[in-house]
Order: sequence, then C-alpha cells, then structure tokens
Amino acid sequence: MKVMENPRTAFGETLVELGRKDPDIVSLGADLSSSTKTSMFNDAFPDRFFNCGIAEANMMGVAAGLAIAGKKPFPSTFAVFATGRVYDQIRQSIAYPNLDVKIVATHAGITVGGDGASHQINEDIALMSVLPNMRVIVPADALETRKVVRAAVESPGPMYIRLCRTDMPRVTDGDTPFKIGKWNVLRDGDDISLMGTGLMVERCLDAAAMLRDRGVDAAVINVSTVKPIDRETLFRYARKTGAVVTAEEHSVLLGIGSIIATALVESYPVPLHRIGIPDIFSRSGESEELMGMFGLTAENVVKTALGVLELK
Amino acid sequence: MVRVDEGVVTALEERAKRIRRHVVESIFHAGSGHPGGSLSAADALTALFFHVMRHDPAKPDMPGRDHFVLSKGHAAPALYAVLAESGYFPVEDLVTLRKIDSHLQGHPDRLKTPGVEASTGSLGQGLSIACGIAAALKIDGDGGHVFTLMGDGELEEGQIWEAALFASHYGLDNLIGIVDRNRLQIDGCTEDIMCIEPLPAKWKAFLWDVIEVDGHDMRALVSALVRARDHADVPTIIVANTVKGKGVSFMENSLNFHGKAPNRTEFERAMEELA
Repeated sequence: MKVMENPRTAFGETLVELGRKDPDIVSLGADLSSSTKTSMFNDAFPDRFFNCGIAEANMMGVAAGLAIAGKKPFPSTFAVFATGRVYDQIRQSIAYPNLDVKIVATHAGITVGGDGASHQINEDIALMSVLPNMRVIVPADALETRKVVRAAVESPGPMYIRLCRTDMPRVTDGDTPFKIGKWNVLRDGDDISLMGTGLMVERCLDAAAMLRDRGVDAAVINVSTVKPIDRETLFRYARKTGAVVTAEEHSVLLGIGSIIATALVESYPVPLHRIGIPDIFSRSGESEELMGMFGLTAENVVKTALGVLELK
Repeated sequence: MVRVDEGVVTALEERAKRIRRHVVESIFHAGSGHPGGSLSAADALTALFFHVMRHDPAKPDMPGRDHFVLSKGHAAPALYAVLAESGYFPVEDLVTLRKIDSHLQGHPDRLKTPGVEASTGSLGQGLSIACGIAAALKIDGDGGHVFTLMGDGELEEGQIWEAALFASHYGLDNLIGIVDRNRLQIDGCTEDIMCIEPLPAKWKAFLWDVIEVDGHDMRALVSALVRARDHADVPTIIVANTVKGKGVSFMENSLNFHGKAPNRTEFERAMEELA
C-alpha cells in the first residue's frame, strides 16, 4: 500500500519549521495562501508574511527587495502565475541580480485537473531553466519536498521549486539524501534508464517492476534537480544502460527530456524517448484522466521503454 | 516648510551642475545612452545623495542607512555620477560607461557597481523592490528610509500601481517615491501617449501623502524630501515637475535626446553651457 502525502502541506510545515530557527525567512502570497499552504507560515509568523493580493508582479519585486535587505523570501503561488505571468519580474529583479529568492510554485502541470488549461502550466520548467542563475527543483514526493525546502535555505541564490496540487505517493525514504544538483538512483539496472521527475518518478518505479517481469532490468533515476543537471549520474547511466526514457508532467518540447537529450547528443548519444505533454493546451478533467490521456502512466513508460530497447 | 541653509542650497546647485557635466561627458564617450531623463533627474539625485540620505561609501551596509532604488534605470548615468562623486568608485570610471570591460552597465547592475542597490532597466519594477526593502527594514526595526526615483512614463506600467497599493496597505512610511515628471516619453508627450493625470489625485487615491514640487528648485526639493522622510504613517510621493534635458539648452524638452548621445559639437556646446 502506497503512502500518499501532499507536497504542499509538506512545504507549508517545513517553512514553519525553518521559520522558527531562522528569523530572516519571510513568506509572500498572492491570495492563494490557503492553497499553497503558506497560510501556516502566516499563522505562525504574521509579521513575516506578506499577502500581496492578486498582484504577482509586485510580489516578485517585493521579494527581490526583501532579499536585498537580507531577508530570505519565499514567494509562493500557483505555477502558472509564479512563472509565465511574472517572467520579466523574475528575470530582471531576481535572477539578473542573483538574489536569494526561493519561488515555490504549486499546482504545476495538468494534475491541476478541473480548472483547465488556463491553470495547467506545462511550460514553467522551460521558462525557469533558461534563466541564468536560476536553479530548478522538482521534488518526487512530499518527503523530498521537505528536504528540498531545507536545502534551499542553506543555498543562497534564486531557485524555482515546482510542486503539484495532488497527493504524491512516497518514493523516497528518510535515508535518501537530497543534494541540489545530485540525482538519486532509486533502482539500479543495466538495460535501460528511466529518468523521471515529480509524479512520474513513481510511475517509472512501477514501470521498472513491470519491465522486470518481461526480463528487462531498468534503472530508475529521480531527476529532482532539473537545473543544474547531474551530468555525472546522467553519463554514468547512459554508458551503463545505453538507452534512456525520460518522463515528466510538462511540455515535451522544452522540459527535462529535451535537456537530457541535448546533453546526451552532444557527448554520448544513446537511443532516447521522451514522455511528456505534447505541444497543445490541455483541458479540464480528473487528474488521472488527464495523465492517462497524455500517456503519463507506468504502462506507457513500459511501452516506450520496450520501443527504445529495440533501437539499442 | 523645512528650513534649508542658503549655503547648503548653493553648494548643492554647484554639485548638480557637476553631475550634469558627468552625465553629458559619460554619454558622449559611450556613444549611446539617455541624456534627457538623466539631466531631468540630476537635481533630485543630488539633493538625495549630498544632503538628504544617510549613507557612507566606507560603510555601505551600516544599520540605519538609507537606501536608493533607481526605478527609471535608463537614468543610470546620473546615478553613476552621484555615486562616483559620493566616493563609491573613482570619478574617472564614469567615462567607461557602456564599455565592454566597465562596471558601469547601460542600466544599473547591483552586482557590478558599488552603491547600486537594485538592478533595474525594465520599467515599473523599482517601486516593488523599494517596498520589499522598506518592509524588511520595518521587520528589523531599522530606522533607515527607502527612496526610489520613477519616471513619469514609467507610471503607465501596471506594476507601479500594484506596488502603490502594497505600500499604503502595509503602512510603509519609510518609503518615499519621487516621480521625475518631465512630461516626455520616447514616442511623445506623456499626455498624448497615455494620459497619466491627475497624478497627485491618483496617488492620493492610493492613500499616499503627496507633495508637488519644482524638481529643479534645490531649496524646494530638499525641503520636500526632508519632510517626506520624516513623515509618519503613510508613504509619500513627491511629484517633481522637471524639464527633460534640463541644463543643456538644445536638449531641454527635446524628444530627440531621450536616448541619443551628443555628437562632438553638441558635446562641446553642452559642456560650455554647464561650465
């Protein structure tokens, strides 16, 4: 039985935990603090929480100013409003001056569900990854979310942390370390590497179990740091397995799949297929219906892996 | 009315003239830049850095110091001039503006230039940054103030008004905004491009205290800035009515010199006028 936990709750609780130890941590919201769970921080430290109202551009600028004055701001809202809507504010006011601002975006990807395409951003990893100075982290479960938020406070500079709305099955444990820029191999294997991010990590693990029944020994790698990529682990497993499947709840055009494919093709090309959202706007629906519609399932990872193996 | 000594005013006026010479000279050597909006802002910047603001280049991070954010980042040549004259870096650096190895970027870069608080240039963002600094100072119980200089065309950016709401909502009385109201933007007169009047009424409606002043009357400027600094409860905006290109006759009220460097003849003529 899988343990299901909510990454937003994990974020909210961890921010409070860190806020008790570090008076410089401040939180900012844009009228969604009950959804992003920064309401917990507001309850604990009302003097260090700034609800900016429905004004995300200003929120990012205020976060920049707080960082200039020595604070450690965590602006937080839905991913669609935390990136595309305020790309220029993040670029000019935060990334360019390399300020210590940790953007924690929730409700990323299609698992937003019923709200539809207006609220389902599948482009945020692309937008944030292309910014100099910006680091991009996608935790694989709630437990890893806690570790990511703790690591963020210890590592000055801009960072984008991408969380989904839904509960996530636990795929890491207390002993699994999180280090920025270091990918964890959750399952070793020799035949193919399944490189997943966020919710897809669990589906890659399920796929690896199914592939085992077919005699395929798949490695599963948790790509929790999307930028900077862990080149050492990437090339080690590309060499070891000679085939790669990437899987992400994000546009397949410019996400982890394309980042990994580009790195490999320049240095160590191996057969590779990418699983992700195609170049279309999604639609309203239940999270799992949508995940199924776009092939973001363990079954499709298996099918894709078998196809890649034929290219080896 | 805050009393300002005659000697102080005269010294500041002399200093402002020097700032203007630096502006024209650095832009001439760069071969590009924004003289018009740098010259219109020169008096306010001079009043801030040489009289009103508490700052020390030897102790740039001292508690209780005042902060400055140049929201209209294209007036960087004027900011660099007051920073150099204050002692943040050598005055000789000014003529390296926009050169490949210079720390003086076309628009302010806080990582490169000593004394630059915020990286700006994309309009509309400085007031938000100033709000963040002011909020942090409040949390820390630090008595410092935050001044930010905005362009008038810049007020067409929606983010300015988001920040205006934020500042009054959070009672940031340690925040002072200055609008360089020179009435010109790249495509023409502000009121033709996008009507922003009535400015004082707009800021009042956003619950700011408003002071209107002649932005080239040094005595009035200093008086307004000191009054704004010492004002409690709500943020203050100073609408400084200015002349674009002020101090160089052929640049005054000229759209042409919004973003164009003077040629050698124009440069020499400008320097004569500013002698």
